[in-house]
Amino acid sequence: MDLLEYQGKQLFAKHGVPTPSGIHAATVDDAVVAANEIGYPCVVKAQVAIGKRGKAGGIKIADNEAEARAHSEAILGMDIRGFTVHDLWIERASDIANEYYASVILDRGEKKLLAMLSRMGGMDVEEIAESDPTAMVKRHVEPGGSLEVEVAREIAHEAQIDDDVVDGVARMLVQLADLAVAEDATLIEVNPLIVTADREVIALDSKVTIDGNSMFRHEDLAAYPDKSAEDPQEAMAKEKGLTYVKLDGNVGILGNGAGLCMSTLDVVAQAGGDPANFLDAGGGSKAEAIVDALEVITSDEKVTAVLFNIFGGITRCDEVAKGIIEASTHVQLKVPLVVRLDGTNQEEGLRLLAEANLPNLHQEKTMLGAAARVVELANA
Amino acid sequence: MSIIVDTDTKLVVSGLTGREGTFHGLRNRDYGTELVAGVTPGKGGQDVDGVPVFDTISEAVEERGANTSMVFVPARFAAAAIDEAIASGVKTVVAITEGIPVHDMLKTYWKAREAGVRLIGPNCPGVLSPGKANVGIIPAQFFDPGPIGVVSKSGTLTYQIGNELKQAGAGNSTIVGIGGDPVVGSDFIDILTLFEEDPDTELIVMVGEIGGDAEERAAEFIAENVTKPVVGYIAGFTAPPGRQMGHAGAIISGSSGTAQAKKDALEAKGVRVGTSPTEAAQIAVQVLTS
Repeated sequence: MDLLEYQGKQLFAKHGVPTPSGIHAATVDDAVVAANEIGYPCVVKAQVAIGKRGKAGGIKIADNEAEARAHSEAILGMDIRGFTVHDLWIERASDIANEYYASVILDRGEKKLLAMLSRMGGMDVEEIAESDPTAMVKRHVEPGGSLEVEVAREIAHEAQIDDDVVDGVARMLVQLADLAVAEDATLIEVNPLIVTADREVIALDSKVTIDGNSMFRHEDLAAYPDKSAEDPQEAMAKEKGLTYVKLDGNVGILGNGAGLCMSTLDVVAQAGGDPANFLDAGGGSKAEAIVDALEVITSDEKVTAVLFNIFGGITRCDEVAKGIIEASTHVQLKVPLVVRLDGTNQEEGLRLLAEANLPNLHQEKTMLGAAARVVELANA
Repeated sequence: MSIIVDTDTKLVVSGLTGREGTFHGLRNRDYGTELVAGVTPGKGGQDVDGVPVFDTISEAVEERGANTSMVFVPARFAAAAIDEAIASGVKTVVAITEGIPVHDMLKTYWKAREAGVRLIGPNCPGVLSPGKANVGIIPAQFFDPGPIGVVSKSGTLTYQIGNELKQAGAGNSTIVGIGGDPVVGSDFIDILTLFEEDPDTELIVMVGEIGGDAEERAAEFIAENVTKPVVGYIAGFTAPPGRQMGHAGAIISGSSGTAQAKKDALEAKGVRVGTSPTEAAQIAVQVLTS
């Protein structure tokens, strides 16, 4: 789960990480009230889970109420690289003397948390790494332990952080590492971490990813409204508990298991097709899940043909066949459906489908054959 | 020979009394795996279809000689169950459970390493040595005994490839589902090491997918340490690009984690990579018979 900037900053505040004072607003009127309360100059910031908001016009400074209103009106509802702005964060403007970069991330390869610090903040991490690889100081946190203040100070010195703020920057790095453990974060990025003209050390931005598997022990985070599923199919799939991602093409796809489903997208693309979605029906799919899946896929009007690629392990092919037959009784199959059923109870599944003799249903024996067929039908 | 599970495996299942645990535990037994015990706290003294149930894994080790544990416990209790297995004296732990918090797994990973216990998973389909033992949820009917070792992040994709191999007349020494979670007990490299040492394995099929840099690391390892032919398959070339939250991930690995980057890394080290599961299986059979 990716937190929005303001949610990350609220989490920072809970753990004592200094941030500029700010107020969340979801309407223009609330934003103006917030701006008046914070005082001017203040910053109106679009809250979307994507970078480069400033370049897109999603971050503006307001010197008075009229500007706060004008900026809020312009930014709310704005589209930033595919993300609609539903939320604003109104924040006290900061007087920036230095811009640094700090992050704590789960290093999957080493199976440890990794703390990173650079004096070259404000720019992309890739750019820092490219322009000067030594500018990024990295240190692993030993398993089971926490980042020691002394180690954090060493990192700060090595990163050539200004001497007078080494303590403050080191303290923040320790706090971020502790926060990662306490809140089950897999990524915390502060870019920029600023030093103000008054030499205060402050987290000016936040990017936080919380491990979705840990939500049961973070009720406060789980309570944040999720506005990410804006697409009607994605919202519908979410309601039905399906793993669905909308894509741009016209070939609807269902597979069982994430790996096989991804592989199905690949072979459809290789056959010259353009996948409309990723839908993993999961292991052990029952007929009901197949009905739901078919409803979601065919509700996308761009879809001109659908491929069901099932390799039954735990999933039983006869259950999938029953789901398809059941679905056809209340979802009218207006587009051709190519079905490839292989694996557990395959004969029974194929027999059921043959007996049902559904219009618009095409059976294929192999994955590659099914991919070629669905592309041909989709583009007919 | 084969790796991780074989005819010496004496299996204890944590969560044997649960619906999934019963179904798969008994299915493993039907396949020929020696299922010696189940464990469910508070249900010691009961039995599941004749298999004695204990309160702790240690009791199963002491009284029944269990040497391999399979964990079917719900996610929020699973890390504790794996920790218990690690401390009980078994040599191998196969964790099937999906959805374990990654910070829990970080701690558990190091406990397993320190104890010298082989941990497979979590969120994996398990390990099957055809004709010998099945520990997990892999449908064994799609695999015959033979010289090809398979190591994979994905369950259904493994069944797909196994089935293609079987249809082409090739069998498997062992199939290992390592799981697709960010932190798993055994990575590609760990399993490649075992296959390299296993006299019954002549060729290795490695099935990866987008995310992380385990495939890139494996490519480096193969070039230095693996003498047997390795055939790869990577899923996710057309996967929807995930929402990018910061770029710190790419910095540590030096890789974008994309399917193309993984394919390139493997091919640069001489590993042939199939464009589909079908092609990967064909290449494997072709290399084996040439």
